[in-house]
Amino acid sequence: MPKDGGIGASTKRREDVRFLTGKGRYTDDINIRGQLYAHFIRSQVAHGTIRKIDTRDAEAMPGVVKVFTSADFTGVGGIPTGWQVTSRDGQPMLEPKHPVLAEGKVRHVGDPIAVVVAETLDQARDAAEAVEIDIDELPAVVDMKAAVKGGPLVHDEIGSNLCYDWGFVEENKAAVDEAFKKAAHVTTLDLVNNRLIANPMEPRVAVGDYEDHSGQHTLYTTSQNPHVIRLLMGAFVLAIPEHKLRVVAPDVGGGFGSKIYHYAEEAFVTKAAQILKRPVKWTSSRSEAFISDAQGRDHLTRIQLALDADHNFTALRCETYANMGAYLSTFAPCIPTWLHGTLLAGNYKTPLVYTNVKAVFTNTVPVDAYRGAGRPEATFQLERVIDMAARELGVSPVELRRKNFIQPDQFPYQTPVAVVYDTGNYQATLDKLLDLSDHAGFEARAAESKARGKLRGFGLAHYIEACGIAPSNLVGQLGARAGLYESATVRVNATGSITVFTGSHSHGQGHETTFAQVISEMIGIDASQVDIVHGDTSNSPMGMGTYGSRSLAVGGSAMVKATNKIINKAKKIAAHLMEASEADIELKGGKFTVAGTDKEKSWVDITLAAYVPHNYPLESMEPGLEETAFYDPSNFTYPAGAYGCEVEVDPDTGKVTILSFTAADDFGNVVNPMIVAGQVHGGLAQGIGQAMLENCVFDENGQLLSGSFMDYAMPRADDVPFYSVDHSCATPCTHNPLGVKGCGEAGAIGSPPAVVNAVLDALHRGGFTHVTHIDMPVSPSRVWQAMHG
Amino acid sequence: MQMSDSREIAAPPAIVWQAILDPDVLRACIPGCESLSGSVAEGYQAVVKQKVGPVSATFTGVVQITDIVEGQSLRISGEGKGGVAGFAKGGADMALEPSEAGTRLTYTVDASVGGKIAQLGSRIIDGFARKLADEFFTRFQDAVEGPEEEPAPTEAEAADAAPKKGWFKRMIGG
Repeated sequence: MPKDGGIGASTKRREDVRFLTGKGRYTDDINIRGQLYAHFIRSQVAHGTIRKIDTRDAEAMPGVVKVFTSADFTGVGGIPTGWQVTSRDGQPMLEPKHPVLAEGKVRHVGDPIAVVVAETLDQARDAAEAVEIDIDELPAVVDMKAAVKGGPLVHDEIGSNLCYDWGFVEENKAAVDEAFKKAAHVTTLDLVNNRLIANPMEPRVAVGDYEDHSGQHTLYTTSQNPHVIRLLMGAFVLAIPEHKLRVVAPDVGGGFGSKIYHYAEEAFVTKAAQILKRPVKWTSSRSEAFISDAQGRDHLTRIQLALDADHNFTALRCETYANMGAYLSTFAPCIPTWLHGTLLAGNYKTPLVYTNVKAVFTNTVPVDAYRGAGRPEATFQLERVIDMAARELGVSPVELRRKNFIQPDQFPYQTPVAVVYDTGNYQATLDKLLDLSDHAGFEARAAESKARGKLRGFGLAHYIEACGIAPSNLVGQLGARAGLYESATVRVNATGSITVFTGSHSHGQGHETTFAQVISEMIGIDASQVDIVHGDTSNSPMGMGTYGSRSLAVGGSAMVKATNKIINKAKKIAAHLMEASEADIELKGGKFTVAGTDKEKSWVDITLAAYVPHNYPLESMEPGLEETAFYDPSNFTYPAGAYGCEVEVDPDTGKVTILSFTAADDFGNVVNPMIVAGQVHGGLAQGIGQAMLENCVFDENGQLLSGSFMDYAMPRADDVPFYSVDHSCATPCTHNPLGVKGCGEAGAIGSPPAVVNAVLDALHRGGFTHVTHIDMPVSPSRVWQAMHG
Repeated sequence: MQMSDSREIAAPPAIVWQAILDPDVLRACIPGCESLSGSVAEGYQAVVKQKVGPVSATFTGVVQITDIVEGQSLRISGEGKGGVAGFAKGGADMALEPSEAGTRLTYTVDASVGGKIAQLGSRIIDGFARKLADEFFTRFQDAVEGPEEEPAPTEAEAADAAPKKGWFKRMIGG
């Protein structure tokens, strides 16, 4: 029998009622009396010197209040970077200024130059046409290798386009090279991890408000982490102390990473509201989102795998060029390094790993974390090169992986890339996958496809990822300029209902349902008595927000910790009321009992006593029932799994059809299986989108060619199959109280190599054995060209 | 975008050369040209109205004739700003040589766009540039070549901006 509440129940998402009935309250729904509208004028060239900006005609136009340029932001800091990476030579990364509005130069198409603020949006747009901007176009650099080989400088003042040159593990470099010399077989693969555009359903919006009488600033914004925005913008950009700055991120319609970062538009509306003494709103158009939201991936990689004569992996060596775009976005430097290099051991016993990452500035939109962030890039290259090695050696890709897996009795497992996997069982997920996908019946299905003139292929990929980020002391050593704990305040109200203020932020993840299930389970009250409140720095403790599949593992743990404090205090009150020893008090099903007696007090008896303390141990305990906890994880969580994809390739056209996709994941304990399945489904759709359809393309002048949904192909319902998803192979996380691992990014991390491996398998079975790799997206034209090239 | 082509024009090279350097010819031949003023030496100021896919705009900019090798070759290039629609720039390297028909005109056209036109119209921009170039050289050829037969213009044709065949040749008394 499935549970109808608490941990383990597939409780329907309570927040969906308001989302599906149009009652969600998104940032664009917020309109403040007297509000003005901002329209950003953005660079049309990828690189250029600003010669002149003449705003006089525009400022004389109807409704225009002011036209802002960088001259209005001279006393303001640049948009900061939250992570410092150190190069192989010990030097810190190059960190050029990222101004709120372009100063002197524009560096990518979409770089904001000026902003018209007017009474209506139409007036602002009309006036934008009258702003005269004279820019001398400079040669743009788009190609990463050209950028580091003496291409035009994106930032003249730093003298190089190479942001950093990172080696990991640098001390292992010589040993890795030596292992390659001794290898019985070496497989080498050059690949591209295609640049993606996140495209959340809701484009970004920011509304700035300022109270002249109190000096209080408020920013309403589409953010995954309002406290981080308050910290970055308040401390580094606008010099507003935190007690004078409130940041609210209400309902947010998807983020996928792109709404983690502090963006110039947020600082702009906050500052403009103060200057103009009126609220200022900016709403991104979809076209604007394509050239102003941070983008994802964009790696050029050479990966090499060394094997001994028995097909044991002996070493892995990688060289990656990672595109930063024109400026360093908030967490950009850590994505290709600490979220990428540390995952290159994968699920395998490979004893030696060395990776070199060169982060490069180009005249393109900035790149930062996008669902998976570094881990999809690591998984893709690793799982592709293993498949390629199996093909070269004439062995089964399934068995080659199995042979090299870390064994279940080896946990905790110290990888050669710093991280320690606490738990896992990769054989179990592989067996589950082969079973669920009826691998035994594959040959018969392949024969059936062949009879219809189609090429069928099976692709396998394993993944492991480090999420639930992250231990603050560790990330501090690695260059993070923030801690990565999470917070929760659990407020028990007098009549027993509970309001939880969490530092996590929900923008589609279903926290309002899942978190309430956990509280319900712990205290034994109905989940309907629990509300989860998030997204407002004025009512919740300092929290780090939601990304890196951290909300339940870190935010949920903080909530559990605070709830345990509540339970401990409630037991003391119960002991006092029932004149019993605290040690004898038990809480079960919402009732406090004294062990070995029939004495009983209800949850509400206790909560009422806490707030109406007529009979209460006031001499030893404060009244009230409200606790705050901060939880800092001692390790990452390491979800892992086996993904299988079955495709059919039409040899006449090169068109790939995904017939089935099976995911066997180990997420540890699961609070709400339906929500977890939904997270996996969404991740798979995005991974399949990367593998099959999505590609962000700039021309050689830095113009974005895939700048609308006409040219940037998002997956649609008929592009993805019905998924088979399983998370029964659970090895609970050993270091957080719920035993949970992150599940939000797994689908996007593990699926791209499964798809590409399946396409390669189909082609090889069809006799196209000269095809060794096809870069994503595996579009019909690329597949056909590979077959006939 | 880059493309090369050639045309046989039934007029001697000297006439063709003269036509290329005539601003009235340029104005008549540049598709969507609303005004053009200036000189070969100083460049022309031009206003051109065009619709590229979903984006329509009036481009204001400069047309220049450079790299002149008298009677043989030159480059016509232009750069126009279309406000929020973005910008377009391009040019044509043209060369003349005598041929049996009169003159062989060979040309290489290049074009690039930026801003909203590039963001929304990149798929169609190559075809669009090709069509514009084709239209330009067809108009040019028609202007320079002599009148063959001239049917009475229909109303629709009369309203069309395209100039009548052979007008340049008639104008210079050819």
